[in-house]
Amino acid sequence: MTLTISYFAWVRERMGVAGEVIDPPADVTTIADLVGWLAARDDRGALAFAEPGRIRAAVGGTMVGPEAAIGDEIALFPPVTGG
Amino acid sequence: MIRVAVQTDAINVAAELDIHDAGGHGASAIFVGRVRGDDGLAELFLEHHPALTEAGLAELAHVAADRWSLSALTLVHRVGGMATGETIVLVLASSAHRAEALAATEFLIDRLKTDVMLWKRETFADGRVAWVEPRDGDHGRAERWD
Repeated sequence: MTLTISYFAWVRERMGVAGEVIDPPADVTTIADLVGWLAARDDRGALAFAEPGRIRAAVGGTMVGPEAAIGDEIALFPPVTGG
Repeated sequence: MIRVAVQTDAINVAAELDIHDAGGHGASAIFVGRVRGDDGLAELFLEHHPALTEAGLAELAHVAADRWSLSALTLVHRVGGMATGETIVLVLASSAHRAEALAATEFLIDRLKTDVMLWKRETFADGRVAWVEPRDGDHGRAERWD
């Protein structure tokens, strides 16, 4: 399954890119799986996703939890700090 | 009337109030959030999502409009770089009476701190750069409205 993924704030900085198109293995079915896979993929991922509890996600424009299913358009980012 | 904006330009509070006030309202509540100059802050940068930040603000505005009887609602958030003292966020809520306008304003500022895709990065005069961490108290305040 090909996914378009975008990164924000310090997740973006640590990944070194604002986004990428990825094709994870079939056993990556949830956001938590994806974060774990990215953390194990390379040094940048290990740095960005060292603490999965500090990662938030949106799938197709909706904020979701770590157990949500992955989708075509995913955003991964730190807890928000607007206002 | 609901007006939501995400902009890099400075927020003109007086102009926004004029737009908001067209028609006249019994009671209007205003919240203005500004950049604090704590600890030698030189610049505050707000990162946002090109589509979902504004969508998130619009969703909150509609939740507020469903929950309280409002005659007008304005929600403007600045993004990009800004200096100490500049306005980051403006919330204007109007109703026939004060209670609904005040409650809606407080709801909007509390919830946009926890629900909308925005991230603050601080640059200090000594060159340090740091992403702002969320405050525990912000989640407590946001959850009061659940």
